[in-house]
Amino acid sequence: MTADPSIHVIGLGKAFGGHLVLDDVSLDVRPGEAVALLGPNGAGKSTLLRILATLLRASRGTARVAGYDCSRQPESVRARVGLLAHGAWVYEDLTALENLKFWATLGGLPNGPEALGGALAAVELDRVADERVRTFSLGMKRRLALARFVLARPPVLLLDEPFAGIDQRAGKWLDEHLGAFKAAGGAILMATHSFGRGLGVADRIAILAGGRVALDTPLGALAPDDVRRLYDLHAEDGA
Amino acid sequence: MIYARRAWIVLWKDLLSERRSKETLNALFFFSLLLLFLFQFTLGADRERLVAALPGLLWLGFILSGLVGLGRAFLAERENDCWEGLLLAPGDKSAIYLGKVAGNLLLMLLVEAILLVLFAVFFNLDLAAHLLPLAPVIGLGTIGFAAVGTLFGAMTAHVRARELLFPVLLLPVQVPVLLGAVKATEAVLLGEPLAAVGHWLGLLAAADVIYLTVGVLTFDAVLEA
Repeated sequence: MTADPSIHVIGLGKAFGGHLVLDDVSLDVRPGEAVALLGPNGAGKSTLLRILATLLRASRGTARVAGYDCSRQPESVRARVGLLAHGAWVYEDLTALENLKFWATLGGLPNGPEALGGALAAVELDRVADERVRTFSLGMKRRLALARFVLARPPVLLLDEPFAGIDQRAGKWLDEHLGAFKAAGGAILMATHSFGRGLGVADRIAILAGGRVALDTPLGALAPDDVRRLYDLHAEDGA
Repeated sequence: MIYARRAWIVLWKDLLSERRSKETLNALFFFSLLLLFLFQFTLGADRERLVAALPGLLWLGFILSGLVGLGRAFLAERENDCWEGLLLAPGDKSAIYLGKVAGNLLLMLLVEAILLVLFAVFFNLDLAAHLLPLAPVIGLGTIGFAAVGTLFGAMTAHVRARELLFPVLLLPVQVPVLLGAVKATEAVLLGEPLAAVGHWLGLLAAADVIYLTVGVLTFDAVLEA
């Protein structure tokens, strides 16, 4: 028996004013599965993630996360989703520990020293826990953002360009952690431009072009060059 | 309890950030100093004119420095998209509003205390005798100002012309607070007992309750907009 999808999108559309960004997007992501969302700039990858995270409302269609409707039950969706967007949601003048304490308390998550220390250790930031985030690299800020997910343990992760601006070591670390999250039954939808590292953790690729999913296929044994060819073919056709 | 803890953590974050960076406090201190120089040049040594204008000048100083401070209230939330984090935080968002109001209130009260000292020094005034009756007037006036300022600061945080729009929206709504605060301050500085300005204090308290209630009820929608 196949598990119910963690992310279930049918006929989703989103227009900003008269500009249609998403036209008729349908997509499923099941527990323990990672889908890489590819597409040219402006294809609507971030828009789709923001609708699923309840930051935006769809103009039409249905989007459900962990069984809850994103438009009608946003609070239930928010409790079950972790969003890593372009900003890492960090306050520059607070330390890593203070940032984590802030978000944990606000989110009603465990915020005792042990829980916070454990989450920072899980993202390998425990040694810089008392340093101000202002001194952190982009990769460290991203890891601090991921520490929130260690505390919250959401069943669904929405990642917008998670590998952008981070070095090889941080990328390898992120690969491993996303793999572990997936192995524990978590679902990942990840917008990426990368045909290399970004696809390492993915089970399927979905190419978004012209406001629709132009191709949704298992990654299987596809090499990065095959993915690039498919991308060129479908992204250009759909655009 | 959880609600109070969430409001407290927002206040804690704002105060800690400000204590570390001192960005707003430094800016407001030098702004206040400049205002005082300006008032000094305008009024000169004419003591009569000064006494007549003092309540208005005091509140002009409070309001102008408050505008600068409140206009920056959501600056940290715009950095690194923390705004999204606040929006996606589960639970009643009004706790975030009350935490921000409390942080802005404390910052404004600190700046107002500095302004009072500067007024006393610059104009050679003995304000010490009036401090006790002035405290509730300033407190009530500042609560109203912080309540609306925080809400409008959130409303305009993502607007391109926010520096222009923020005071244009805020000042008309503040008329009852300004009226009550200036009138009550004038009476207190003239040596009238606090009981004599009870009606103005009543107006200030009513405005505070209304503004805070509106803020609590609408902040969620403002954050989502």
